[in-house]
Amino acid sequence: MSRLAFRDLCVWFGEGEGRVDAVKHATFEVPSGASFGLVGESGSGKSTILRALMGLAPNWSGEMVVGERRLGAKRDRAFYKEVQMVFQDPYASLHPRHSVDQVLSEVLKLHGFSDIDRRVNALLADVGLGPGYRFRYPHQLSGGQRQRVAIARALAPEPSVLLLDEPTSALDVSVQAEVLNLLTDLREEHGLTYLMVSHDLAVIAHMCEATAVMQNGEIVEMLSVEDMRAMRAGHPYTRHLLESASGYNPNAEQMA
Amino acid sequence: MSEKPLLDIEDLTVTFPTRQGDFQAVRGVSFTLGRERLGIVGESGSGKSMTGRAILRLIRPPGRVEAGKLALGGTDLLKLSEREMQKIRGQRISMVMQDPKFSLNPVMRIGDQIMEIYRFHTGAGKRAAYEKAIEMLEAVSIRDPERVMRAYPHEMSGGMGQRIMIAMMMVTEPDILIADEPTSALDVSVQTQVLSIMDRLVRERGMGLIFISHDLNLVASFCDRVLIMYAGKIVEVCDADRLHEARHPYTRGLLGSLPRLDEPRRHLEVLKRDPAWLDAPSVSGRQ
Ligand SMILES: Nc1ncnc2c1ncn2[C@@H]1O[C@H](COP(=O)(O)OP(=O)(O)OP(=O)(O)O)[C@@H](O)[C@H]1O
Ligand SMILES: Nc1ncnc2c1ncn2[C@@H]1O[C@H](COP(=O)(O)OP(=O)(O)OP(=O)(O)O)[C@@H](O)[C@H]1O
Ligand SMILES: [Mg+2]
Ligand SMILES: [Mg+2]
Repeated sequence: MSRLAFRDLCVWFGEGEGRVDAVKHATFEVPSGASFGLVGESGSGKSTILRALMGLAPNWSGEMVVGERRLGAKRDRAFYKEVQMVFQDPYASLHPRHSVDQVLSEVLKLHGFSDIDRRVNALLADVGLGPGYRFRYPHQLSGGQRQRVAIARALAPEPSVLLLDEPTSALDVSVQAEVLNLLTDLREEHGLTYLMVSHDLAVIAHMCEATAVMQNGEIVEMLSVEDMRAMRAGHPYTRHLLESASGYNPNAEQMA
Repeated sequence: MSEKPLLDIEDLTVTFPTRQGDFQAVRGVSFTLGRERLGIVGESGSGKSMTGRAILRLIRPPGRVEAGKLALGGTDLLKLSEREMQKIRGQRISMVMQDPKFSLNPVMRIGDQIMEIYRFHTGAGKRAAYEKAIEMLEAVSIRDPERVMRAYPHEMSGGMGQRIMIAMMMVTEPDILIADEPTSALDVSVQTQVLSIMDRLVRERGMGLIFISHDLNLVASFCDRVLIMYAGKIVEVCDADRLHEARHPYTRGLLGSLPRLDEPRRHLEVLKRDPAWLDAPSVSGRQ
């Protein structure tokens, strides 16, 4: 059974001469409980796919399916209980004047939970933040702590699917390790399904069983984790991606 | 290095007064910058950005910058007036900030922003500025520069915003570029292109580059020297190509926490901090 399915998805912005085709005929599936990656060029449409699923891109065609449900133009509350997203920018995604407590309580109330107090503490514990963080404001948190709050907020409605847009690219490597370990454990404990964007193939290989590679709005290749580890790739862009995973190669520019 | 350094910094501190007393974000850092690619790595909050901002005297009061020496060639930066400092910024030292979207004006078209900077620094006409802006956007591999010129910052993807910032900083051809996480939101092919542009500026024009990054593999392969920062101090200095042989347990911990394609594991190593690291004196990065 597949938890998420995208068939022939196209997403565009603007019209006429100003039209941008951000995603072109993307087709892929994410099985229930799996973790699936999206990698690719900057501007290739990765975030747009996640945003389209969340109902944040108005112009799209094709098919998006969550569980048994085919999505239409609008998302209802039940959808957001099932699917949650952690956004690319931890600096911009939290409201500067809302404390951690406000952020989490609000989402919990919105989804009709009553034992708010107990749940806020449980969520903080889930993401490895002590109760001491409950009444802090975003500017009193480090980047990694903010990203934990963003993850806690996404977990609040007890979703079964998490969309993760570059969840660690703004974080340093030691905090990245903490957040990735946390995501690994949460997936096991709650049986979550992940769709995760990153430009770091080592991160994708660590977290995902498979990934789609995007370039200029299109999916150019699918890779299994075994392919990634064996550096097996058919498309030149993917080969370049794999080779660069170990750092800067001054001769790579001509290849690309 | 026999040549005189471009930048000479001794005992730099950055202090913020807080309700719990003074907080030192940078605690007595010394280093020089030549015509080289100098990396600064270290965990979040270790003082990398504040070091970069302090050089440009961009620490907002009540925060303050103190130093035994903060010299750009023969000029003592601490003695300059704010007006004189404005001429240094952009003209001689440019900085690409960590949050591209915050540094761009949200209600001004991208093209106008790049052209304005270029015209401010060179006095060039509109036509020349337009052409220069297109050229720089192409240089950072923006696919459709004409569209981007007309667009507003919110219409750009994360990595596009970062490249626009880089294009903007380079139109002024500075002597020193401080790049704060300039490629963290870029995919590898664009990253390679952006790095090779910076590399050329260092090799061909003799620019000095301070490259602040979380990406240890990238710094090891791209830079000449690396300063490793922890809690406002430099704990270790090494040649970039020997970063993987670094000795300090903190540096080793950072290296150990990276996921690796060739070594699958369920959990990544997490840094265990030793209180003794806090008290050790800052290592000098002068040469
Ligand atoms: N609101 C918008 N209006 C117009 N164009 C947009 C808008 N949002 C995105 N785009 C365009 O859609 C394309 C895909 O953007 P998207 O954010 O999905 O890229 P991405 O793959 O996530 O890139 P990155 O790795 O840089 O974050 C880009 O060309 C971008 O300029
Ligand atoms: N205005 C301020 N008031 C008090 N403390 C501040 C202020 N600005 C920064 N700091 C603190 O200074 C320290 C160094 O910050 P800096 O931005 O240099 O870190 P960094 O090494 O660049 O981290 P990152 O990798 O997360 O960008 C941090 O602990 C930060 O919380
Ligand atoms: Mg994106
Ligand atoms: Mg910083």
